[in-house]
This record gives sequence, structure tokens and C-alpha cells, in this order.
Amino acid sequence: MSNPSSSASELFGYVAEFGSATDLYHAAEKVRDAGFRRWDVHTPYPVHGMDHAMGLGKSWLSAIVLCGGITGSLTALVLQFFTQVALYPTVVQDKPTNLFTIPAFFPVTFELTILLSAFATVLGLFAIIMLPRWNHPLFNSPLFSKFSNDGFLLVIEARDPKFKKEKTKELLADIGAGKIEEVNY
Amino acid sequence: MANQSPANATVHPSEAEGVAREPLVLNQRSLGWITDRICGIVENRQPLIWWVLFVPSVIGFLCLVFSLVYLVSTGVGVWGMNHPVAWGWDIVNFVFWIGIGHAGTLISAILFLTRQKWRTSVNRASEAMTLFAVMCAGIFPGFHVGRFWMVWFLAPIPNANGIWQNFKSPLLWDVFAVSTYFTVSVIFWYIGLIPDLATLRDRGKGLAKKLYGFFALGWRGGNRQWRHYEMAYLILAAISTPLVLSVHSVVSFDFATSVVPGWHTTIFPPYFVAGAIFGGFAMVLTLMLPVRKLYGLEDLITAKHIDNMAKIILLTGTIVGYAYIMELFISYYSANAFETDAFHMRILSGPYTWAYYCMFFANVIAPQVFWFKWSRHNLWMVFVVVNIVNAGMWFERFVIIPTSLARDFLPGQWGYYSASWVEKLLFTGSFGMFMMLFLLFLRFLPVIAISEVKGVLPASDPHYPEWKHLRDKRRNKAK
Repeated sequence: MSNPSSSASELFGYVAEFGSATDLYHAAEKVRDAGFRRWDVHTPYPVHGMDHAMGLGKSWLSAIVLCGGITGSLTALVLQFFTQVALYPTVVQDKPTNLFTIPAFFPVTFELTILLSAFATVLGLFAIIMLPRWNHPLFNSPLFSKFSNDGFLLVIEARDPKFKKEKTKELLADIGAGKIEEVNY
Repeated sequence: MANQSPANATVHPSEAEGVAREPLVLNQRSLGWITDRICGIVENRQPLIWWVLFVPSVIGFLCLVFSLVYLVSTGVGVWGMNHPVAWGWDIVNFVFWIGIGHAGTLISAILFLTRQKWRTSVNRASEAMTLFAVMCAGIFPGFHVGRFWMVWFLAPIPNANGIWQNFKSPLLWDVFAVSTYFTVSVIFWYIGLIPDLATLRDRGKGLAKKLYGFFALGWRGGNRQWRHYEMAYLILAAISTPLVLSVHSVVSFDFATSVVPGWHTTIFPPYFVAGAIFGGFAMVLTLMLPVRKLYGLEDLITAKHIDNMAKIILLTGTIVGYAYIMELFISYYSANAFETDAFHMRILSGPYTWAYYCMFFANVIAPQVFWFKWSRHNLWMVFVVVNIVNAGMWFERFVIIPTSLARDFLPGQWGYYSASWVEKLLFTGSFGMFMMLFLLFLRFLPVIAISEVKGVLPASDPHYPEWKHLRDKRRNKAK
């Protein structure tokens, strides 16, 4: 394993360019089968089926969102019961304020459920994909910036246990990579 | 097509059924072309017409600021409202603007869940429209409360008076619904923008690169990011769908739960939601037809997109027409004297019948022209009709809100309401603010979701060569 200290010349990994989504898809299958773990494909749009080609499972973000939604519902119910029934019962048009007022509490409960689900979605997403991160070794690579236009890139990191400086480069060339670039920290 | 085995899962579904679909992006544009064309709008100088529109919009916005300052410094008496009409143009404009926002969320959320891929060309601009429309909407009830600096009383915050909000009131539901709607719309819009901001970052130089880079959060487009990103997008679409339906339902509760004849109607929630989508699509087309022409986006926003939106306008307009007629029928069928009289005065003998017929013509009659294909493909025709609809939806809210209040139970309480110059200036100013924000959006942000449009190109599917081969074989056989 490489040590994480960032000297200027240390290798971060390889960026390899592929011609199309199809080529990248098949290349990803081969890298997956070769047993690499610290690698990724970088594409201008999410490529359909790439999770399977990379051997990744379903995103578990939805579990975080469920927790957010439940928190929202409970917050709203507690807020409404506590303020309306215990703290400050407002009787308007002879309508009661008690446990059976729950239908009137439904809209706010619904809205807060949605609101906290949305917060959980965005915060959970950023936590999982570890953004914001404005500085990354990949931004040192001139080839890498093509990913946001029309580049289909495959990145294998030097930290991967299977990474060998020469052999990995050969592998990338074998599976059809066009340009291959070394990226340093 | 019959000889294809269902086990052959790599065949694209539309191809397997032998349906030749219209392409979503014309002229077989490449990924690079899409990037260049959309980023070019932001990176190049704006056309002269942008300035021609921007300057009056800013003046309009200043009118809005002036009328609000005048209102606050003088008092709410400068508005034309008084007994019996206490909800006038301010609430009309609130419902009008909030309704416009709904089309953006429909396009971004509901059409996403229903896998309508054509939405990708129009969703970004429509979501921007949603945000700006909701901002305009928020101004009106904010100042309608009379003392704007006391608006924070709407939020459940412990205060020195020990007073809490009445959570059984639809007006408070509305506060929660609209503020949640705005917040979730901002989140949805921003999440969608991140990959495109990264594109602008990678193309930019100097300050632009830094600014876009800051908001792109260091996006790297890795599949380990995309897979969670796609899940986040799906979840946001899934929670926005019931949200958007709830918002206008809650807005309609403001009226429907009261006892005023003309408001007290169970049909209001679906009728309001259909009307909101109807009016919102009209505004989307009002904005997108010029944008498409001005920036040369005809290959991305095609005749098919306009055709689809015109059909949605036809459908929702007809639902709205059904609601108008059903309201009349129920008022007659209820045999309730107040109800019958309210609608009798609305359509025959009241002081505002002119508004009813403006509304009925603009919302029900005018869109019927979209039954004909030639009208959906004639852009001038579409533009004229959608603007009639925009006006019609404003009249709908006017017909519902002040005219019901002007004639309620006791003839001794009847009155006539007309807006003062301050209300008119404020409404004009809200259009200025809306246009100003939209033009700034065109100037600084990608008007079309770049990464999403790239994803719907046929060649973007990694299995494209496989089903393309099958398609070509079948087409050759057919020849």
C-alpha cells in the first residue's frame, strides 16, 4: 500500500480514455473481473447499466431519506400536539383541540415530512459521495477535464492493492484504452 | 418483430416493438456539440434583444420595490381593498404566480417518474421558472399581512407573548406548503445543476472557473458518484410529485374551507391543481419559444416538445373547463339559494360577468385549437394561444377571489372592488422581477440540462450498437 503523504511526484493513478460509452462499459466489466477495488469511470452523464458493469449494488441513500422523512413526521406531530393541545389551545369556530384534531394536523405533517426528506436527500448525498471537495488529484490531469464534455474515462488509483505500475498500464491498453495518462498527487 | 425472443434483453424496447420514435435531439448531434451550444449561451455575448428585454425588466423590478416601499411607508390603505373585499389583487396574484410554478415541478418530477425523456430539454428552464414564480408569489401574502416586519409570527417560534399559531387553519398550512415547495424546488434545481456547473468549470477561465467551480462542489462525474446522484434525483422526484399536488390543494383550502358562496366547493383541490399545471405550461411555452429561437436550440427543443406541451395544455384546459361547468351544475343542483345566487351573479347578473367570460374564453375555448396538429406546429399560433391562457388563468383567480367576496350573504354588505394604481404597479413590477431573474438565469446558467440531454441520445446507451444492428437489419428487410 502506498502511504498517503502527498509528495509532488507520487503517482495517484492512471486516467484512460475510451471511445464510447459502449467501449467504457465493456472495459469496466474487465477491470471489475480483474479484481480492482479503487477505480471508477468518469462520464458526462450517468451511463445506464454501469453499476452492474462495475459490480456495484443499489445506492443506500434511500435509507437515509427514510430516516429524514420519519423525523419530519414526528417533528410535525409533536410540534402541533404540543403547541395546540398543551401550550396554547386555540378554539376557533367552536372546533375542539384535542387528540382527535389529527386530520387538521395532516397537511403540516405531510409538508414537514417532505421537507426533512429533501434535506436528508441532499445532505445524505453529499456525505456519501464526499462533496464538496474542491481539490482532487484528478483535477491535475488535462485529460480528466474531458469527462464533463464528451470523454469516457476510466481511472485506476495507485492505492489499489492490485495496482502495478507497468502491468496496470498494459491492462488498460489491452482492454481498448486510447490515451493513457499518469496523474500525480 | 414477432420472431424476437423476449430473452434478448439488449434490444431497446421501442425498437423491439418496431415503433419508430421521433429523435429527441435532431440532426444526430454529438456530445461535444451539445456542450458547446448550451455553454456557448453563457460564455458568449448576449444578443441585443437580451438587453432590450433586460432593461425594461429591471425598471419593472424597481417599480415593484417602489410600490412596496410606498405601501409600507404609507399603510395598506393605498391598496384598493376594503370591506367587503379584503382579498383582492394581492391574493389573486399570489395564486396566479404560485400556479405558474407548478408546471416546472410537473416537468422535473412527474415526467421524470413517468419516464418522459423529452422533459430533459425543458426541465432546467421550467424549474428556474418555478423558483422565480414562487419568489414573486411570496411577495404578495407577505405584504398582504399588513405589517411585513411581523411576518415571522407565521413561523412556530417561541415568542414573548406566549402565542402559538393555529395549526388548524389552512392559512398556516399554506405557509408550510409554499415554503416547503420553494425549498424543495431549490434543492432539486441545484442538484440537477451540479454536473452542468462542472462542465462550465472545466471550460471556463479565471473568475468564471472559480465561481462555477465553487458551486460545482468539485464534481468529478465518477460512477461511484453518479449512482448515488441518480438515486437522489429519483427520490427528489418522488417526493416532489405529491408535494406539487399538495401545494395547490392547500392553496385551494384557503378558499374551500371557508363558507363564502363561490369558495365553499369540494372540487377546488383537483380543479386548482389542473389549472396550475395548465397555466404553468402556458408560461413555460411563453418563455421557451423565444429562447429556443434566440439561442438556436431548435435541435434540442424540437417540434415534438412543443407538440407535447400543447397537448398537455389542451388536456388540462379541458379539465379546467369541466370544473367550471361542474361548479355551475353543483350550485344549481345544491338548491342552496346563496350558492345558486353566487353563480347566477357570476355568469349573468353580477358586476363582474365580463371577467367570467374572459376567463371562460381564454381557458376553455382558446386551447381547443390544439386539437389540430397544424396549430400545434405553428409557433405563432402556439405563442398567441398560450398568452391568452396566461391572461385567462389570471382572470380565473380574479373571478374566484374578489367577485365571490363582493357579493356574499347580505345585500347590505355588497360592494365593488377595483384595484388601485399601487396594486397595478406592484403586479406589473412582479412581471419585471420575474423576467429580470429569468434573463439573469439565461445569462449565467445552462438553460438546458446538459448532462441529462446527453443521456437521452441513442448512442449514450452502452448497448446501442447491439440494438442498432437489429434495427438496421429490420429496416432493410422492410425495404
